Amino acid sequence: MAETSAAKDRSMILQKQMIANHYRQLENAPETGDPVVYTFVPGNMNELVRSFGALPVLPEINALQSGMRQKSGDYIAEAERAGHSEDVCTYVKCDIGMIKAGNISPTGTRLPKPDLLLLSYTGCYTFMKWFELLREEYDCPTVFFHVPYQGDGTIEAEHRDYMMRQLREEVIPALEKATGRRYDEDRLREYLTLSAQAEDDLVAVLQSAKNRPSPIDAYFGAVYYVGPIFSSFRGTPEGVEYYRALREEVEARVAAGQGPMTPVGQLDDEKYRLVVEGPPNWTSFREFWSMFASEGANVVASTYTKVGGTYDFGFRHDPEDPLGTLADYCGGCYTNINLPGRVDMLVDYIREYEADGFVINSVKSCNSFSAGQLMMLREVEKRAGVPGAFIESDLVDPRYFSAANIKNRLESYLQMIDARRMGASA
Amino acid sequence: MGRESIIRAAREIYDDLDFQRVRDWLSQKPGTKAVGYLPVYAPRELIHACGLLPVGIHGGGDRVEIIKGDAFYQSYICHLPRSVVELGQSGRLDMLSGMLFPSTCDVIRNLSGMWKMLYPDQYVRYIDVPQIATPEIAIPFWEGELRHLLNDLAKLSGHHPSEDELRASLGLYNEVRAALRELYELRRTRPWDVPTEELYLLMRAGESIPPEDFLAMIQSYFRAIDDEPNRPRDNSRVIVVGSFCEQPPLGLIKTIERAGCYVVDDDFLIGNRFLTEDVELSGDPLSCLAESFVRDAVATSVIYEADPHGKRSEIKDKVDAAGADGVIFAAASFCDPALLDRPMLRTGAEAHDIPCIAFKFSENSGQFQQFREQAGTFSDSIKLWGGA
Ligand code: SF4
Ligand code: SF4
Repeated sequence: MAETSAAKDRSMILQKQMIANHYRQLENAPETGDPVVYTFVPGNMNELVRSFGALPVLPEINALQSGMRQKSGDYIAEAERAGHSEDVCTYVKCDIGMIKAGNISPTGTRLPKPDLLLLSYTGCYTFMKWFELLREEYDCPTVFFHVPYQGDGTIEAEHRDYMMRQLREEVIPALEKATGRRYDEDRLREYLTLSAQAEDDLVAVLQSAKNRPSPIDAYFGAVYYVGPIFSSFRGTPEGVEYYRALREEVEARVAAGQGPMTPVGQLDDEKYRLVVEGPPNWTSFREFWSMFASEGANVVASTYTKVGGTYDFGFRHDPEDPLGTLADYCGGCYTNINLPGRVDMLVDYIREYEADGFVINSVKSCNSFSAGQLMMLREVEKRAGVPGAFIESDLVDPRYFSAANIKNRLESYLQMIDARRMGASA
Repeated sequence: MGRESIIRAAREIYDDLDFQRVRDWLSQKPGTKAVGYLPVYAPRELIHACGLLPVGIHGGGDRVEIIKGDAFYQSYICHLPRSVVELGQSGRLDMLSGMLFPSTCDVIRNLSGMWKMLYPDQYVRYIDVPQIATPEIAIPFWEGELRHLLNDLAKLSGHHPSEDELRASLGLYNEVRAALRELYELRRTRPWDVPTEELYLLMRAGESIPPEDFLAMIQSYFRAIDDEPNRPRDNSRVIVVGSFCEQPPLGLIKTIERAGCYVVDDDFLIGNRFLTEDVELSGDPLSCLAESFVRDAVATSVIYEADPHGKRSEIKDKVDAAGADGVIFAAASFCDPALLDRPMLRTGAEAHDIPCIAFKFSENSGQFQQFREQAGTFSDSIKLWGGA
């Protein structure tokens, strides 16, 4: 037990250090001259950015961190005062508000201006507008990378070629210009090799949830686990070290038959195994998690943990095909998968992870996720033969988290699962 | 035909959510099929060239009661997709053999997947238009998409058009766009003679009838307005921006003009004039159509703006071209493209001292009082203090 918690501490300490270092490097970038590239979590090509010696900034990560630190409400209000609609994605408004308030990162360090906005248009329309808006703020170069949507459920060969061509002829030249460095494919391959190592370990961690009890919470807990690989650390030695440590710690928990640590303690008595679709709410994150954990509900798989890359169906970054693999990676991010594909994935998770049911957390901000979720609910119920629950909240707008409603909804849902079980055993 | 009867005919088509005209066309031509498309841009030329009838599906407006559609969408998603689903679920779209979902926003994108699940027997395709500006990369991509679509549509119709047939369709749609340009130009110069309500009804009719018939309708309208001119009023001149997808109810369009604003440019149904220049007819038809999209697409919220100054100058350019005094930003509630764009466009407009007002609507808004007051005050203030 003591050993396990020490191992857990190690991954958490590592992550904390990595993040703190990164923000420090960003703060010092104006002095060190390190180039800075802003890009989004889905379709982030961290290996490529890093191969130019540039530091990435992921605005969604800043927004969600601001949400967790209770700063987003003020930022959103600031953006709405400046004319941004109450109807649009709150990540964008949180980011704009943060910039207007001096661009201090959630950890308290100053964020540098971008040398390049790398607009990887992967699975979300809002991205396009977000960087058009940031371009107005920073007046800096922007390069657009169009990732075709998997409308027919696959990454078509010509789409892959189109992406590779854009990488060669648009993105790489833009990075060369912004950083003053030449494209170095060998360097890129090295980073991609490291990515694949970390991805193996991440998948092992996520799939550990097939155990009973699951040693992890694959949603609330896993958002921490995917943090490094979805952001600045995929393809870095620190990333590899983190995932190795995390995997060891999780394997130790499996060996000890332990459940995950949650805000209400260690959850060994796993009463309900759930799959979750949709991003979490960040402003009341612990409260939200506690609602599940205090009922003995553990999440064994989630789709949100695939927004920055889908690895559990076999994809790994491939150093042998550096640009092709980046195209495949972007095309496969969760929000770039069509609705039938998302339904398949949920049904697959429910079966593979032997879940009792699934919960959709529908966030007001995000049309990419939310539009169509009510239909997904019915389709998944029909195909997987388990009931689903539908709850509504928002990402970082505290006005849209109604704790009482969500708690009620969740409790009655779990009671329904109980009733079905009793019915089945009667 | 007089103005009134032309508009009456257009209004009948607009009002008819059972799409009787489409059904009639299909029954008159046994063996033919119709293909629907959602806003904003779909290459209707290809549908036409395959002998299929292109049908614009722009929601149910304020004319359909939502019974099933609300079960598909949360309250914080715009109204258009729920009325489209309503039309589908109530059987009103059962004459369509295919549906195209352009890459307008994530709502329409996701609706493409819903449609696949709801109507597995229908041909459904998501139309991913190129978002990058570099012609050498964007054109081959888009040409490939067009080719893919053409092959699919040819399979659906059983007729693969020859190059000449394709070219004929491109030419026909050039004529349609030229007629629309003329219509807009007439309204710009004589807005009293081309009330926006009439212009709008004509364009809506054009979304459900063959382009040949639409051309004839517009031509007869041109003759009618010359024969029956109206008297000018002391109205201000405005452009309406942000209504390119979910359409404002007709009552709202009328309200704006009745409140004293001549609408001298707008982006209603912008897909029908998305290409601002004629498509070249001398080369390979698909590559000409692709090139035209990449080079001549209208500036709108649904396409990435590659020019870093583009958003700042867009409204000024439009206002200048239309000779307008001010801008009404009219976006559908929860419309990401329009509402995310609005702060940029508005900042650009205000930097050029262009008066602006902004509101949100829903296609089924029934109360126009607030819009009337806002537009009326706006018009008065423009007249008092002058426009741009
Ligand atoms: S709309 Fe959704 S995917 Fe897009 S930026 Fe907002 S939260 Fe992210
Ligand atoms: S109204 Fe706006 S958000 Fe709704 S479907 Fe149309 S473009 Fe998308």
